[in-house]
Amino acid sequence: MIPALEIDALVRRFGATDALRGVSVTVAKGELFGLVGPDGAGKTTAIRCCAGLMDPDGGAVRVFGEDPRTEKARERLGLMPQRYALYGDLSVDENLRFFGDLFDVPPDAYAQRRARLLDLTRLAPFTDRRAEHLSGGMYKKLALACALLHSPDLLLLDEPTNGVDPVSRRELWTLLGELVAGGTAVLVSTPYMDEAERCHRVAVLDHGRILAVGDPSEIARGADSFESAFLRIVEAEA
Amino acid sequence: MKTIVVERLRRTFGTFVAVDDVSFEVEQGEIFGFLGANGAGKTTTIRMIIGALPPTSGDATVAGFSVAREPREVKRRVGYVSQRFSLYPDLTVRQNLSFFGGAYGVWGKALDDRIEQVVSEVDLQGRLDELTGELPGGIRQRVALGAALLHAPPIVLLDEPTAGVDPRSRRRFWDLIRTLAAAGTTVLVTTHHLDEAEHCARVGLMVEGRLVALDTPAGLARTWVPGRMFRVEGTAAHRAIPSLRARREVVEVEPFGATLHVRTGEETDLDEVRSWLDPDAGVARVMQIRPSLEDVFLAVAGRGDP
Repeated sequence: MIPALEIDALVRRFGATDALRGVSVTVAKGELFGLVGPDGAGKTTAIRCCAGLMDPDGGAVRVFGEDPRTEKARERLGLMPQRYALYGDLSVDENLRFFGDLFDVPPDAYAQRRARLLDLTRLAPFTDRRAEHLSGGMYKKLALACALLHSPDLLLLDEPTNGVDPVSRRELWTLLGELVAGGTAVLVSTPYMDEAERCHRVAVLDHGRILAVGDPSEIARGADSFESAFLRIVEAEA
Repeated sequence: MKTIVVERLRRTFGTFVAVDDVSFEVEQGEIFGFLGANGAGKTTTIRMIIGALPPTSGDATVAGFSVAREPREVKRRVGYVSQRFSLYPDLTVRQNLSFFGGAYGVWGKALDDRIEQVVSEVDLQGRLDELTGELPGGIRQRVALGAALLHAPPIVLLDEPTAGVDPRSRRRFWDLIRTLAAAGTTVLVTTHHLDEAEHCARVGLMVEGRLVALDTPAGLARTWVPGRMFRVEGTAAHRAIPSLRARREVVEVEPFGATLHVRTGEETDLDEVRSWLDPDAGVARVMQIRPSLEDVFLAVAGRGDP
């Protein structure tokens, strides 16, 4: 079976800085894959390359076997960047409608997905609230709903829980769990080590390189937490 | 000795009750964690405790002084690091420390000596002449902590000091906090990283302006998340949810990302939980786990939206 996402020896430079130095990751259908690392590790660059927003200097990305810059790949790909630009002066419903039109979601499918996404994100009671008046966690959930409107088979999320309170954080992860249980492939980046154990598999990224990849429980084996394991791995490399 | 005594503190803004009848005490040298969702009233409480915001009613005594009646005395005895504390980015570390030392009334030779002490306490040797704006976030937070320590306050309040700070710097920051507390400084800290709050001797949880739980992290887990907790891992763990929920031994099944948290009574053991799961259901592993403060937080705050 063709993997949902294949990152193969990805290299990306910014001037003299090597942001990614040969990163390889494969994400299967229905898999929740975490890209875990501190600020500056290269997480955002990797996700941008996967979304076809940035061209790699070496290596390749394939989304269901296709180049992510092609229309075929883009139709199957959803992206939630760190700062998702919703319209603050539009309501929850108006934002959904806007992005639904942008993604060419057919009207009958739109009604169904809108209902499902409002239910999934628990935003149904707030459809008339303007986006600028949502809490940080609710705003992120609306952004996620907008990214899911065209029912992508591969969802890319860049630090979705940054600055989100613990209740909303747990809800976002529950939602990701439900999506992958339904067959969606998810690649999610996070600087929070305690989020690693919520994934099927993780890659530990530091300074543009993958230092460990696999089952988070296996990686954390023998350490008191994933964070301790992470620090040990990073220090062993240094 | 109790360094902070908060008694029936209340603060309203118009008709909005930001802090409602909050009482607690913090011992000298204790690390006290203050948790709550955004808007729960943590920062408003802290602003009252440092003497920056007068309470609508109630009072807090900080190092023996009333925040309602003697806010100036209180301010001299607390060090405050806020999430938005802005050091001057275009000044060097030394210039920032001098500036804030002066603001706290420490001058001349005493200030130079104090800067030297603080720099060693917060581990900033060799950084004094660097531009603050060019330092990584984790080091900048140590400068902010240093600035708050210049007047040698017996009490330090830290409002989300590690927001956006990488794991290594976060550990280092907590080592500093523990060293300060061990030397007798009282620390009150708020954080969104619930795994960090496990370092606190006691933790208070605020919901909608009220302090609804206060205990040691282990005590909170016993009260709010009683019974045993198991983690179920595997590619298709979610498929097991309905059958687990149908069991009378099971109190709760909660999706936790790709895994599940299953809570049972005290009498259930690991083998029993394993026996419930269909080996074909794609379950790779079941283990008993300790409920985290995040589990406590969710139990206290209740699920759903604000």
